Amino acid sequence: MINSILKIENLSASYDDKVIIQNINLEFQKNKITAIMGPSGCGKTTLLRCLNRMHELTPNAKVSGKILLESTNLNDNFMELNSTDPILVRRRIGMVFQRPNPFPNLTIYQNVLAGYLLNGIKLKKQEADEIVEKHLNLVALWDEVKDNLKKHGTFLSGGQQQRLCIARALAMEPDVLLLDEPTSALDPISTQRIEDLIVELQKTVTIIIVTHNVGQAGRVSDFVAFLYLGDLIEYGLTDTIFTNPKNLQTEKFLTGKIS
Amino acid sequence: MKLKLLNDKVFKNILIITTSIVLLIGVAFFITLILESTSSISKFGFKFFTSTDWDPVFEKFGALPFIVGTLLTSFLSLLIAFPFTFAIMVVLGEYFTKGFISEVLRYLTELISSIPSVVIGLWGLFFLVPAVRFFQITFGLQPYGVGIFTASLLLAFMIIPYAASIAKDAMRLVPKDLKEAAYSLGATRWEVIKQVMIPYSRSGIVAGILLALGRALGETMTVTMVIGNSHFIPKNLFSPGNTIASVIANEFTEATGDLYLSSLIYLALVLFLITALINLLGKYILKKIQINH
Repeated sequence: MINSILKIENLSASYDDKVIIQNINLEFQKNKITAIMGPSGCGKTTLLRCLNRMHELTPNAKVSGKILLESTNLNDNFMELNSTDPILVRRRIGMVFQRPNPFPNLTIYQNVLAGYLLNGIKLKKQEADEIVEKHLNLVALWDEVKDNLKKHGTFLSGGQQQRLCIARALAMEPDVLLLDEPTSALDPISTQRIEDLIVELQKTVTIIIVTHNVGQAGRVSDFVAFLYLGDLIEYGLTDTIFTNPKNLQTEKFLTGKIS
Repeated sequence: MKLKLLNDKVFKNILIITTSIVLLIGVAFFITLILESTSSISKFGFKFFTSTDWDPVFEKFGALPFIVGTLLTSFLSLLIAFPFTFAIMVVLGEYFTKGFISEVLRYLTELISSIPSVVIGLWGLFFLVPAVRFFQITFGLQPYGVGIFTASLLLAFMIIPYAASIAKDAMRLVPKDLKEAAYSLGATRWEVIKQVMIPYSRSGIVAGILLALGRALGETMTVTMVIGNSHFIPKNLFSPGNTIASVIANEFTEATGDLYLSSLIYLALVLFLITALINLLGKYILKKIQINH
């Protein structure tokens, strides 16, 4: 595992004293797509939310263990996220949520720049224009909205809104992008477009996607982690696990016997 | 089956009748105001709004000092109430949305609105007026104690729960999705409040402010007790003055002449119109700033 960008060591998380995930050890590969799959309630979303320290926003949430992100500083190889300012963590690890959530009070243009606006980072007009065009192009939305940039994004379809949200996350130039069931609220055609987009995006960013859809994990991911009742059951290359699962639970999940 | 249909009809008719009664009373109320103030309207007309004389002996009546007094106290109280309302809104709408502290704070805020206005007025008269007088002596102002400023302070205290209660509800309605989106982009809690929650809930916040303003415009007892009841346009914020409501309350019992009485009712009509106008304006602003989903 030479090319890890993000490592998890003995990660456990709970809230209201209810353990959600326990003793997870995982390494995520740079510029690869890793899918975290498992039945509902297995803790996959919690695991994802630990990575950008969103889990701790929930009242009475607890996290233990280490999360290490490849450092931008050449002297240190990895930085420990739980002792890093969460604001810095979230700028390097972006997130897209289950339901599209563009800011309704902002225009499409402002939505792409929301990360900069929220953090009070001033941009020159030309810089801002470039960021907007580049990232709307990355998510293949530019041609559809370029004449309506100054309009509020609420007239867009669900799929378009979700791509706008991906652009918003990418505009901060994160190293890792977390996707929390990004297509669960979308129709099949929009879903397929987002899946194509995810595969395309791995050139620029490392992607970790949570899904309870086995087919989706198979279509988009290079690596897959299977979670069951808070434990990491199996992790490996998607092709290997899909054709030859070592664990009985994994096989049951892949064949639809548990969901 | 027939009985059921009949029930439905009866219920519908009851609804129509009761609704019509309320509407009729509203219309009748407005007509009475106009009818009763006719003699004053025909005598003073629009000069009523610009004249500063209020002289029952010579039967000369003008409402300008009271209109000024009403608007001054209302908007000044709104201004004074704003920072406190904002603080309560943020504390109850974001920091403590449930649990013990939230309940205690909410209860205490709502308790203020249940204090009878005469009690607040009495407290104002015996505590706030001397305090303001002390302040005026210290700074070399005329030591009235009573006046526009004192009335506005008391009004501010009274309207805070109204504005805060609605504004905090609006803050609580901000979808978790949006807050999380902002956090995930590296926003701090204050940035989330300022850039996401307040813009999203601004129509609710404005609605709260409007309700508070309506209350301030019409509040009678408290204001009458501490405003000083002067018939002149206030020279500054510490001068005594009068509001429309306080003049009516003060002078209704001693209004002997027909024209005097009619002019007081004309004043009531003016207050009614001001309130209606501000409400309409508020509705227009709310429509302008509403977020479409």
